[in-house]
Amino acid sequence: METTQTISVETQPTQRQPKDYKSDLEPIWCPGCGDYGVLNALFKAMSQLNLDPDKTVLVSGIGCSSRLPGFVVTYGFHGVHGRVLPVATGIKLANPELTVIGVGGDGDGYSIGLGHFPHAARRNIDITYIVMNNQIYGLTKGQTSPTSSPQFVTKTTPFGNVESSLNPLQLAIVSGATFVARGYSSMPNHLARIIAEAIRHPGFALVDVFSPCVTFNKVQTYDYYKGRVYEIPDTHDPTDKFSALRLAEEDGMFPVGIFYRVDRPTLDEQIAMIKRQAYTENPSVEQLFRRYQ
Amino acid sequence: MEGSRTDFVVRLAGESGEGVLSLGEMLTTVLARLGYEVYTFRTYPAEIKGGTVLYQVRVADHLLLSYGSRVDIFVALNEEGYRENIASLSPGGTLIYDSDNVPVQDLPDRCIIPVPIGTIAKKEIGSVLTKNMVALGAILRYVGAPVEAGEQIAEQTFKRKGEEVVQKNFQALHAGYNYIDQHADCSRPLLKGVEQINPDRLIINGNEALTLGAVHGGLGFYAGYPITPATDIMEALAPILPRFGGVVMQAEDEIAALGMVLGASYAGKRAMTATSGPGLSLMVEQINLAGQAEIPAVIVDVQRGGASTGLPTKTAQGDLNLALYGVHNESPRVVMAPTSVEDCFYLIQHALNIAERYQMPVIVLSDQSLAHRRCTIPKPDLARVPRWERITPEPGTNGEYARYAITETGISPMAIPGMPGLAYTATGIEHNEYSDPTYTPENLQAMKSKRFRKLQTLGEEYAEQFVRIWGDPEGAEVGIIGWGSTEGVIREAMQLAQAEGVKCSALYPKILLPLPVRMIEEFAGKVKKVLVPEKNFTGEFAAYLRAQTGIHSISYAKDTGLPFDPEEIKNEIIRVARM
Repeated sequence: METTQTISVETQPTQRQPKDYKSDLEPIWCPGCGDYGVLNALFKAMSQLNLDPDKTVLVSGIGCSSRLPGFVVTYGFHGVHGRVLPVATGIKLANPELTVIGVGGDGDGYSIGLGHFPHAARRNIDITYIVMNNQIYGLTKGQTSPTSSPQFVTKTTPFGNVESSLNPLQLAIVSGATFVARGYSSMPNHLARIIAEAIRHPGFALVDVFSPCVTFNKVQTYDYYKGRVYEIPDTHDPTDKFSALRLAEEDGMFPVGIFYRVDRPTLDEQIAMIKRQAYTENPSVEQLFRRYQ
Repeated sequence: MEGSRTDFVVRLAGESGEGVLSLGEMLTTVLARLGYEVYTFRTYPAEIKGGTVLYQVRVADHLLLSYGSRVDIFVALNEEGYRENIASLSPGGTLIYDSDNVPVQDLPDRCIIPVPIGTIAKKEIGSVLTKNMVALGAILRYVGAPVEAGEQIAEQTFKRKGEEVVQKNFQALHAGYNYIDQHADCSRPLLKGVEQINPDRLIINGNEALTLGAVHGGLGFYAGYPITPATDIMEALAPILPRFGGVVMQAEDEIAALGMVLGASYAGKRAMTATSGPGLSLMVEQINLAGQAEIPAVIVDVQRGGASTGLPTKTAQGDLNLALYGVHNESPRVVMAPTSVEDCFYLIQHALNIAERYQMPVIVLSDQSLAHRRCTIPKPDLARVPRWERITPEPGTNGEYARYAITETGISPMAIPGMPGLAYTATGIEHNEYSDPTYTPENLQAMKSKRFRKLQTLGEEYAEQFVRIWGDPEGAEVGIIGWGSTEGVIREAMQLAQAEGVKCSALYPKILLPLPVRMIEEFAGKVKKVLVPEKNFTGEFAAYLRAQTGIHSISYAKDTGLPFDPEEIKNEIIRVARM
C-alpha cells in the first residue's frame, strides 16, 4: 500500500487546488471590487489546468488590476504602464515552455498600451491576455477611460463623455486574435471556464472581463449588469468571424462567453521552426568572419 | 601623397540612389584585399533617392587612425556633389569627373580628368546601372591597382544576379579602366605596393563588428525597430542569430522593442536592442524599470546628428546626457562607449557580461561615423572576453525566495522562470527583499543603496580595465580626455602636434558610468592642461567630468554632423598649449 502511494506521488503530478495558487500577499483592492472575482476565477482556472507555478508567468502593467501577479504564487513581471504585451511576447519567445498570462485594466491595455494590442493579436503569440475592464480609471480616482460610455460623467468629463467608446472585442477580432472572449467577474465559474479555455488555446487569447469598480463607477454597477449580461447561446458559431463581430456590437445587452475561436500557426511555433531549420551544429563566429575577409 | 609610401584619400560624390555607396564599399574592399589599410567615412541624404552621397576612403600602407584632412582624388559624379566638395580637393590633387553630368571650370594646381562615364555606360555597355563600375575601373587604373582585383569584387557582388549581369559589369569595369589608361597620365601610381598581405584581417565596419561581437557574446534575443543609423545591426543579426539558437524580432516601436528585450532577459536570455537617439528617448521609462527591477539588458545607441529628427544620416556625440541621466528619480545603469571598429567587437561582449552579472541596463554609445566606418582590423581574438553567466539561486520553496536579497556586493541571485520553488514577481514598484511592495523609509534607503552598491562594486572591480592612455601624461602640456569614436582622430592629431613640439597625452575611458574617477584624476594631475574634445554643442562630457571629478577642463565641443579632422584637433592642441 505504501509503495503504491510513493509511486503515485512520483508519477502523477500533484492536483493543485485553487488555494494553492494564493500568495501570502493580501489584495489591496476596495471591498466589493470586481477584481476579486477575476482573481478567484483565475485560481480556479489554474487549478483546472493544474498549472505548474514554476512554469507560469503573470505579466502586468500599472493600475489596480495590475497588482494581481503579486497575489498569485507563480513567476510574475509587474512592469511599467501599458507594456504588458511586449514583455509577455519577449518571455514567451525566450522560453516557449512557459505559460504566459498578461493581466491589466482597460486603461493599461486599451489606452496607453493600445499600440501593442493589434500587433500581439496579428502575431498570434501564444499568450492569454485578461483585461479587467471597469470603464474607468480607478487607481487615479475616477477619470474617463477608452471604454467609458458616451455621456459618462467623470472627474475629467464633467459635462459628460463626448467620445465614443472602444470595442476591444471587435478590435481583437479584426486584428487577427485567434481567441476572443468576454466574462463577468460575478460569474466566477463561467469566467474560470473561459480563462481555462483561453490558456489552453494555442495563440493570442483575449479575455475581456466586466469587473465593476464599486468606488468610482456609479453607472456600470452590479445592478446595471443584472439582466443585461447573458451567456452566448450554443447556436453561435465561434469560427464565423462576421457573426462574432455582430455579436460583439454594442446594443445595450452584453453576451459573455467565447465570441471567436480559430486556429492559426502561432508566432512562437513559427519562430521555433525557423530556429530549427537555421540551427547549425557548433556554430562559430569564426565562420562569419569569412564574409569580411 | 608624393614619396615612397602609400597614404592618400579618395572622395566620391554622386546622386543618392546611383550606387555611390556600393562603389565606395567595392573600392575599399579591393584596396584592403591588395593589402592596404583602409579607413572610410560616409554621409548621405536622409532621402532614399535624390541629394548627394559622399563616400571617402583613406588608403595607406600603415595603421590609419582617421579619415584624414585632405582629399587627393575627388571623383565627382553629379553637379551638386562637385560644387559642394571641389573646394576640399587639395592642391596637387586629381579630379576625375563624369563629363556627361558635371560642368567643370578651370582649376589651377589640380589635375583634371574628364571621363564620359554616363556615355560609356549607356552606349558601350548598354546599361546606366553600370556607371559605378565604369567609375571603379577608372579609379583602379588611376591609383595603379590591377584590373583583376576589380573583377573579383564585381563577380562577388553580382553573381547572385546571374552571369549576364556579371559580364556587363566586367565590361564596364574594363571600359573605365581602359579609358583612363588611354586618356590620363598614369605614370605615378599612388599605390606603392605592400611588403606582404596579412590574411588575418577583417574589412569591417563598426555596426558589423558590434553585431559579430554580440553573437559571439552569447546574444540569445534581439528586438529592435528600424532607425538610421542602427538598422543594419538588426538586418545583420536576422539571418545569423537563429543559426546560433537566438531570436530576432522587429517590434512595433522602440518601446515594444525594449519591452520584449526585458521580457526575454527576465526569462533567461542574454538580450539586446539597438537604436538611435529618438528611439533611446522612447526607451527611457523601461531603462529605469530595468534598473529598478534589476533586469539585465543591453541598449546600443548609434548616435546620429541633431536634436529631434535632426540629421539622421550624420554623426554626433549628443546623447551622453540622455544615456547618463535619462531617468526619473534614480536607478543604476552602466554607460559604455567603444572607441574603434575593433573595440566594437569586444566592448559589446563586456556590455552583455556586465548586464548579466550586475543585473542592470547597459547603454552602449556608438555613433554614425563609427557604425559606418569600414576599416581593416586584426582578426578578432575569440578567447579574449570570457563569458560571465548570470548568478542564479539554488532551488527553493515558493514564498521563501528573497529575489532582492541585500548583499555586500549589491548583487542578489536572480531566478529564471522554470526554476523550481523560486517564483517571484519582478517589479518596478519599491519592494523589500522578497519583492513585496514596501513603502517604509528604512526599506527605501536599504534597497536603493543595495542597487547602487552594484555600481560601486563594478567600479572597484572592473572599471579601470576599460581605460586607455595614449602617450606619457607625465609633464604633458596638453592632456586630452575624450570618449567614443574620436579616439583615432585624437591619436593622429597628437602625433601631428608632437611633430610640432607639443607634448601631449590622451585618456579614453570606455566605461563612462561608473566613471573611473581615480585614474582620470591621476591623469589630470600629471598634465598641465586638460582638453575635452567632443562632437556636441554644449560639452556634455566636459560638464560630467567636472561634476564627477572637479576637473576644470577646456571644452572643445563642436557639433557639425561630421567627424573631427586631425588638423583641426592638432591646431586646438597647439592653441591650448600656448594659452
